[in-house]
Amino acid sequence: MRDKLRFILNGRLEEIEECPPTETVLDFLRDRKKLVGTKEGCAEGDCGACTVVIAESINGCLRYSAVNSCILFLPTLDGKQLTTVEDLQQAEGELHPVQQAMVEQHGSQCGFCTPGFVMSLFGMFHDRYDHKTSRAYIDANLAGNLCRCTGYAPIVRAARQSLNDPDADRFKQDETEVQNQLSGLQSDEMLNIGSEGMQFFAPTSVAQLCSTLEANPGATIVAGATDVGLWVTKQLQQLNTLIYTGKVLELLAIEQDDNTSQLSIGAAVTYTEALPFMLEAYPDFEEVLTRLGAVQVRNAGTIGGNIANGSPIADMPPALIALGAQLVLASSAGERAIDLEKFFVAYGQQDLRHGECVARVLVPLPEKGQHFRTYKVSKRIEQDISAVCGAFSISLRDGKVTTARVCYGGMAATPKRATRCENLLLHNAWNEQTIEKAMNAMDEDFSPITDMRASAGYRMSVARNLLKRFYLETSEQDFSVRLSRSHEDPEQASRP
Amino acid sequence: MSTEHTKPSDMSAIRKPTPHESAHKHVAGSAPYVDDLPQPDQLLHAYVGFSSIAHGRLTRLGLDKVRAFPGVRALICAADIPGPNEISPIQAGDERILVTDTVEFLGQPLFAVAADNRDIARRAARLADVSYEALPAILDIEAALAEESYVLEPHTMCRGDSARALTDAPHRVRGELRLGGQDHFYLEGQVSLAIPQEDGDLLICTSSQHPTEIQEAIAHALDRPSNAVTVEVRRMGGAFGGKETQAAQWAVIAALLAEKIGRPVKIRLDRDDDMISTGKRHDFLIRYDVGFNDTGLIEGIEFMQAARCGMSADLSGPIADRAMFHCDNAYYLPNVKVESFRCKTNTVSNTAFRGFGGPQGMMGIERVMDAIAAHLKFDPLQVRKTNFYGRKERNITHYHMTVEDNVIHELVSELERSSEYELRRNQARDFNRQSPVIKRGIALTPVKFGISFTTTFLNQAGALVHIYRDGSIHLNHGGTEMGQGLMTKVAQVVADEFQVNLDRVKVTATNTGKVPNTTATAASAGSDMNGMAARAACTTLRERLTTFAAEHYEVVAEEIRFFDNRVKLGPNELSFAGLVMQAWLGRVSLSATGYYKTPKIFYDRERARGRPFLYFAYGAAVSEVELDTLTGESRIMRVDLLHDVGRSLNPAVDMGQIEGGFIQGAGWLTTEELWWNEDGRLDTHAPSTYKIPTCGDVPEIFNALIWNKGRNAEATIHRSKAVGEPPLMLAISVHSALLQAVAAARESAVLPALDSPATAETLLNCIQESR
Repeated sequence: MRDKLRFILNGRLEEIEECPPTETVLDFLRDRKKLVGTKEGCAEGDCGACTVVIAESINGCLRYSAVNSCILFLPTLDGKQLTTVEDLQQAEGELHPVQQAMVEQHGSQCGFCTPGFVMSLFGMFHDRYDHKTSRAYIDANLAGNLCRCTGYAPIVRAARQSLNDPDADRFKQDETEVQNQLSGLQSDEMLNIGSEGMQFFAPTSVAQLCSTLEANPGATIVAGATDVGLWVTKQLQQLNTLIYTGKVLELLAIEQDDNTSQLSIGAAVTYTEALPFMLEAYPDFEEVLTRLGAVQVRNAGTIGGNIANGSPIADMPPALIALGAQLVLASSAGERAIDLEKFFVAYGQQDLRHGECVARVLVPLPEKGQHFRTYKVSKRIEQDISAVCGAFSISLRDGKVTTARVCYGGMAATPKRATRCENLLLHNAWNEQTIEKAMNAMDEDFSPITDMRASAGYRMSVARNLLKRFYLETSEQDFSVRLSRSHEDPEQASRP
Repeated sequence: MSTEHTKPSDMSAIRKPTPHESAHKHVAGSAPYVDDLPQPDQLLHAYVGFSSIAHGRLTRLGLDKVRAFPGVRALICAADIPGPNEISPIQAGDERILVTDTVEFLGQPLFAVAADNRDIARRAARLADVSYEALPAILDIEAALAEESYVLEPHTMCRGDSARALTDAPHRVRGELRLGGQDHFYLEGQVSLAIPQEDGDLLICTSSQHPTEIQEAIAHALDRPSNAVTVEVRRMGGAFGGKETQAAQWAVIAALLAEKIGRPVKIRLDRDDDMISTGKRHDFLIRYDVGFNDTGLIEGIEFMQAARCGMSADLSGPIADRAMFHCDNAYYLPNVKVESFRCKTNTVSNTAFRGFGGPQGMMGIERVMDAIAAHLKFDPLQVRKTNFYGRKERNITHYHMTVEDNVIHELVSELERSSEYELRRNQARDFNRQSPVIKRGIALTPVKFGISFTTTFLNQAGALVHIYRDGSIHLNHGGTEMGQGLMTKVAQVVADEFQVNLDRVKVTATNTGKVPNTTATAASAGSDMNGMAARAACTTLRERLTTFAAEHYEVVAEEIRFFDNRVKLGPNELSFAGLVMQAWLGRVSLSATGYYKTPKIFYDRERARGRPFLYFAYGAAVSEVELDTLTGESRIMRVDLLHDVGRSLNPAVDMGQIEGGFIQGAGWLTTEELWWNEDGRLDTHAPSTYKIPTCGDVPEIFNALIWNKGRNAEATIHRSKAVGEPPLMLAISVHSALLQAVAAARESAVLPALDSPATAETLLNCIQESR
């Protein structure tokens, strides 16, 4: 067991022997290190003012990820490199290209969100992607940074100006050295660090995770902390024992098994890591996976966490349930697999036994004739929690529905299938009459609540209409049923 | 004598797109905000205990557990305040620092605690044992109107005989419009640091648009003279009106605790508490009744405007007045009556927010334009143009001010052409014919916004300029920097006055010890007023230097000219710094104050007549939107803005205000929904639930232009115009375009009653209404 937390902060090794398990990276930076360039805007991972960039060595190359430091727990930095705005300037005190572009394009006004934007841009600068000046890319990667002054246009210009030349900073030059440093920090041993009786465990295998869980019955399992972080910063909960899944090798695995026709996604796999695999199997996942949280949240949050915390408004479960996914739960006694939908028993209650943790989710690969869509409806297009999230999977043969799975988030106390609606689709012709009947059946399937995100009436209307959209999209139509998205080609747009 | 620089030389600092004075520090993370300042020794952290009901008598405030919590060092409640427990910015006597006996909204401060760290203070503040005797709460405008619950008396403005004009008009339309409020969502929340000084005096570092008000509020609460309190503001991480009066309470609480325990105290609100416990833009209910002829020309109109003010007056009086002043926007209203109700509710007291009532007033008349157009089946733009103020006639407002600087005709024609409005309106119509699910809408709306505080005495400003012996210049004035670029612009003005490089001018923190008795940096008037005050100080200094040089070098004053960091003395010249040193040796004072009061303005509120504004800022916008009729989701596809900033002091800074103001306005009218539950609890109190625009909401095509013919008809600082607020109202075009898209989706010919914010839900309801 290791009792020292080690990571690289702005090029220097940090070794920490004592820290409360829920100390946030933001508090560490501002209070302990007096690095006050990183700001707190909301303390809930929604505004991005606290954005920092983490680098990890993965498959021989450094991967940079922008994350929200306000809800990131310090011990989860173990073995990683943390870069803050203070470290971006080049050797001669020159600004980094992303900083320089922000100055030249007048991308700051009050300046409070600026360090966060700069760090997101820095993360994008090191992203391996070919179309970094497209609006779609910029929007997707800056959706987690709120600016109240500029209206974003000059920031988009700054992004376009600076994202073309990924070799032009000193970080690129130092990559090998950083990788060497980081590899020296990796260990198979479990990290155990704490303060005043509070403890943080970072097991490295499922067996270790299960035995630690058994030994610490009141422990909280944490992965990206994009939700648990708020229990601390907002509810002021005192979490005495944390068990972190981010070092558990088995839980970090993504495997496609062509024999069983399944995609297996480990519980500690982040949205960002899962994205390419999910998209390859089901291209329509894009809408939900690029609008779920923002890049900072998707870089930290995990598919397992999205399932395990049992939220009725999580965006992954409806889609996974519609696809007939299974959930594998692990404990010291072994593993068991259940249908994902059975995991959600009631509001705040999941089929998770004592000493058990979510290990992985098994997603069936698409079959011939299968149509799948998932739609997210929220007040704001980017980075918002769904009012309603609908997922639809049907198989058609000779114009008739042979399988139908329809599942919604935001319509009940758990992610829930529209069973009556499904029954009216099944074995019937895929046409307007069938859809009309199925839409009407939705009234019997759901009685949603009214809250600040949407009224019950709106949720019902949307649930019905999303089925209609699914029908329109899967039948021959010569008109559009979705709002235009940004052009991929930056040349097509004038300004910004 | 006023000397106007008509043609600044090339090296002049003004009219250049100079970056924000702190831009480099912003991007490097080295621009300190209050919470970033080095922590003084012995610093304590304060937090507040808030009420949990909307209205009721406080029957018990048990603080034993709070006091006993380890790490708590001091505690205050209402009884501990040495001076009056009163914090109303207009001395209305209706706002407590800490609740005495009656809670008037959910989230009202009850007590405050100072502890070793912020986490302890927050935890302790949640431990109070509080009981209430609940009283009936009035939560919305309708309930307040029914109960005649007002914070201030209703007010009426009228001209002509509107009742008669309405009866006589060939057409008459009535309608109603509900406008939601808006949270400022400054990225830096409310924060104050109070540091005890000798004699028990206090230095306050805070994030406020109004340092003098903070100074006076603290002096008042501590029962000390104003000279015992010094307030400093270097920069704010955004404000937008939300730190005009709303910063005071927290600064006062920090000061009270610091005074009590004799140690520095910092308070910084958590985002959720900040959103629950500080005021917002007023929500409005507007009813209109308009009579017009066959061409759409308005003959008579009546408005009822009801504003939800919350539990106290705060700035609601002038805000509701400004809504009345702007019920005309750019249109001549021959017979008009506006009645305004300032509703008192058991919700947080609403406050200043960019536009200050103007946006709500304009939304009313813009809806009227759309209603007239729908009734006559005209293009709404045609109706708008028909009703524009005339240049020589039809140019007197309903408050009897003559519009002397009208440029709206020219500006709108230019935008109409450059945006290809007509072509795109036809294209949108064609698109809608073949698109059953997705609908498009396009709209052009104008802006005419009055510049000056409508409370005349607030229109005064001061500045202090020092020149040091090395020729470097220290600039201070009463305005505050909240990101709007005020410091940059005023520094440009000063550099221009001496014809020196901008980097020779050091902008310093606003400080009540340097420039006293200031008014809030608000009403868009920051550069207008502080720029002029700074110029006045520079004029004094330049005259002193000139007089000295004339004597010392024996040249006539007319042959002395400041240029390119040098001074020309007849046939000779020397460096600016050289002259400064010589002047000091010659015992010339190199420090001067400057003062400015806005000329020409006056207003008789009793009679609702006068000239409350020095001039008007103009602009116009075309927005095109797309609407999904299955879900109500929408997107802004293209926006064209043309805005009049007079002769710009800094086109980059002004462009920032135009683009930024537009997007902020679009947020107000679309996704930014404040949602209270039936108990009066605000449930949208964090960015997870309250959705301001994000990058993806910026239209793909966003053509924002500064109107190149702009020139202020009044002798403002270098003929520039105020730009902070007016562009926000350009976003009304988005709402109007959404209205067009909804209309296209409906089977009915009746104008949709689209309220604001036009969230997906509101839009879908509006689409389904007629089905």
